[in-house]
Amino acid sequence: MGGAVWKTLGDPILNVSSRFAAVSFNGQRVAGFNNIELITDRPLEVNLKEIYETKKRFPDHAIIASVMVEPQQEKWHEIIKRIEDVGVDGYELNFGCPHGMAERGMGAASGQVPELVEKQTYWAKEAASKPVIVKLTPNITDITVTAEAAVRGGADAISMINTINSLAGVDIHSWNTIPHVGGKGAHGGYCGPAVKPIALNMVAECARNKMINVPISGIGGISNWQDTVEFLLMGSTGVQICTAAMHHGFRIVEDLIDGLSNYLDEKGISSVMDIVGKSVPRYSDWGNLDLNYKVVARIDNDVCINCNKCHIACEDTSHQCIDMLKDASGSSFLRVREEDCVGCNLCSIVCPVDGAINMIELTNELPPMTWNERQSLLGGISSESVDFVK
Amino acid sequence: MSMTSPLKGGLEINFQEAERGLSPREALEESNRCLYCYDAPCIQACPTGIDIPGFIKKIASGNFKGSAKTIMTANPVGASCARVCPTEELCEGACVLNHSTKPIMIGNLQRYSTDWAIQNKQALFKAGKKNGKKVAIVGSGPAGLSAARELALLGYSVTIFEAEKNPGGLNTYGIVSFRLPQSISYWEVEQVKSLDVDIKTNTRVGVDVSANQLTADYDAVILAIGMSDVPKLGIEGEDLAEVYDAIDFVKATKTGAITDKFIGKKMAVIGAGNTAIDAATCSVRLGAEQVSIIYRRTQKEMTAYDFEFEFAKQEGVGFHWLTAPSRILSDESGQVTGIECVKMVLSEAGEDGRRRPVQITGSEFVIPVDGVIRAIGQSRYVGLIEQFGIQHDDGVVTLEGDSYRTSNDKIFACGDVIFGKGQGEAMVVSAAQQGKKTAYEIDSILMGEAVDIA
Repeated sequence: MGGAVWKTLGDPILNVSSRFAAVSFNGQRVAGFNNIELITDRPLEVNLKEIYETKKRFPDHAIIASVMVEPQQEKWHEIIKRIEDVGVDGYELNFGCPHGMAERGMGAASGQVPELVEKQTYWAKEAASKPVIVKLTPNITDITVTAEAAVRGGADAISMINTINSLAGVDIHSWNTIPHVGGKGAHGGYCGPAVKPIALNMVAECARNKMINVPISGIGGISNWQDTVEFLLMGSTGVQICTAAMHHGFRIVEDLIDGLSNYLDEKGISSVMDIVGKSVPRYSDWGNLDLNYKVVARIDNDVCINCNKCHIACEDTSHQCIDMLKDASGSSFLRVREEDCVGCNLCSIVCPVDGAINMIELTNELPPMTWNERQSLLGGISSESVDFVK
Repeated sequence: MSMTSPLKGGLEINFQEAERGLSPREALEESNRCLYCYDAPCIQACPTGIDIPGFIKKIASGNFKGSAKTIMTANPVGASCARVCPTEELCEGACVLNHSTKPIMIGNLQRYSTDWAIQNKQALFKAGKKNGKKVAIVGSGPAGLSAARELALLGYSVTIFEAEKNPGGLNTYGIVSFRLPQSISYWEVEQVKSLDVDIKTNTRVGVDVSANQLTADYDAVILAIGMSDVPKLGIEGEDLAEVYDAIDFVKATKTGAITDKFIGKKMAVIGAGNTAIDAATCSVRLGAEQVSIIYRRTQKEMTAYDFEFEFAKQEGVGFHWLTAPSRILSDESGQVTGIECVKMVLSEAGEDGRRRPVQITGSEFVIPVDGVIRAIGQSRYVGLIEQFGIQHDDGVVTLEGDSYRTSNDKIFACGDVIFGKGQGEAMVVSAAQQGKKTAYEIDSILMGEAVDIA
């Protein structure tokens, strides 16, 4: 059963005009999205009244109140107590907003300091009778550090990612930033499809960390059911969506549910929980990858349309192993010199036709050997022992 | 000039460009769909070798000036070609996306870029530093203009002699306005003129200036005179006033006020090449009630491009296949009343490899018409060619080996004047390429000489 996270409660209620900007890619709108908007646009009492009314109308759906206050115990107690009464199903502590609020010690500013994350989570938990989710900022070197802090503070769940510090662009004619507020700009927060790989990695890093044993709510560029499945496989027990709804409206939720449901039916999986975390054991450190595993590119000339994109990509920027040849009748065709192919995937990435280039797994007479295994055999230092030292 | 004719304004509208250009959004989306192939087959399929993925990428990046320059560098009449090229037989036919989705609209994108250059009054080229050599070009059609542009870039002093009132040749006078507005042709002419090329209009070589004088006064002469009027049908009644030459017929719709005298009339067009289609669709747009194309062979042998044929059918033109005119009928006042035709049957292939049509005896029938347009090909400027004293085969100038040099070392030829007898190509884009190559050939000969002297 789905629900909604209410736009962050708190104060002051203040904003600038001209707030959003988006990045287009090859004519495609909203590949990435940038905002300099702050939290809620209405007083707490109005929000609480609306939450109360909404919950009454949709009693079976969860409403999570996103909250942000200054990092003081009494402030957290005060706001949680006021929200408790209106019947929310949980709280999400906004430790992620990278602009505006951060400059006043809130949002990402406190979310970047593990001690503050831990303490504030603890304070919120002291007052809350409902679960507390801690929303983490990606503007940090290692998100597992703040995730662990949240867990130590008693968080019932963590959610990630909030937006990434960004400047959407510069107008090359006026030389203003995009967006600008009367000729001046400031960094905003980046989200939308472009940030999905960053979010997915952060979710996966937390999911495979044994110290972080709370549910994860995945956020970041999720636009369809396939993205959702990826986040679930990587350890999210749920996902949150905002940018895609801003782009297309709430109606996109229908296909998210329908597509996910059809996917599960097709796979013969009865519960969505059965896929949660299924790919996590397959995610590790580079040092644990088999150095003897080998794939090569193979071109299916019946499917290939001879655009030669693979040739020029390989020739100019990879390993120069795709030849442009002519057959006996003078027709052009492409062929990979497999002995020179390193299995980088670049050709299959730039190929515009599905199935024209397949990455073929080669049988290898050598046994699997990872970097870490190799190092320990050589008596050297492995990356695992480096992790241990940290 | 009747003030009471509400149709008058309507007819003018009929001769405005029929196809709308792409909107900026359409152009952006379509340009982004291009795969930007390496060693792209579309380039190889373009007679002028335009870097098509390159100009399309520049549309996608918003570099419209660069895009237009990429096009016009390879093809000095690239704005016209964007409209008149049989793209499905050339670039678009070669597009690799034919094998997966649908080909890129290369012609429309080419039009988008060149339209941008036209609307933004861009001067794309600068004349080269003068090298002291002089070249005369006879004819300012696609081949002549193209040769002139390349020679001017190389530093030659170029003079074009043009018999007509305005330059541009076929593109100015011979292609219907609703396909190719004159303004496009004139822009291309201006691009060439801006390189200090002198175009002497209303100057008919052989009449106003002699062939011998040109060969004496210039270091090289290029004959790019195209073709002449439509030959006679050789049947009774063709000297009547309402029997027209298709070339003149189309030209009239591009030079003067649009006439209203064909409104409600029935017209027959003899022939089924691209000019026949032009004459037929022009007739429709002039208000003719019924327009029939009469062709002695079948649709299969027709020389009009497929898209032209489709266009004619859409315009409501009727086709009488395996039908040949035998007589044009008129009333006592000399007004055409009908065309008597005979049915034909195809027999074995003749000398040109095409199956010969043969009359079916006693199959005569009459199509009632008010006018007849001859569109059975074009005759040659044999007289002028002979004044230059160069070899030719029925008016098709003979070239030396794999070159554009004629039997006179100083005289070169390109475009329709070399088309025929298994030689050359009839397309505007081929003429443009031939013009370029003729220019390079002249340059290599004249500059080769200069180097020798130095």
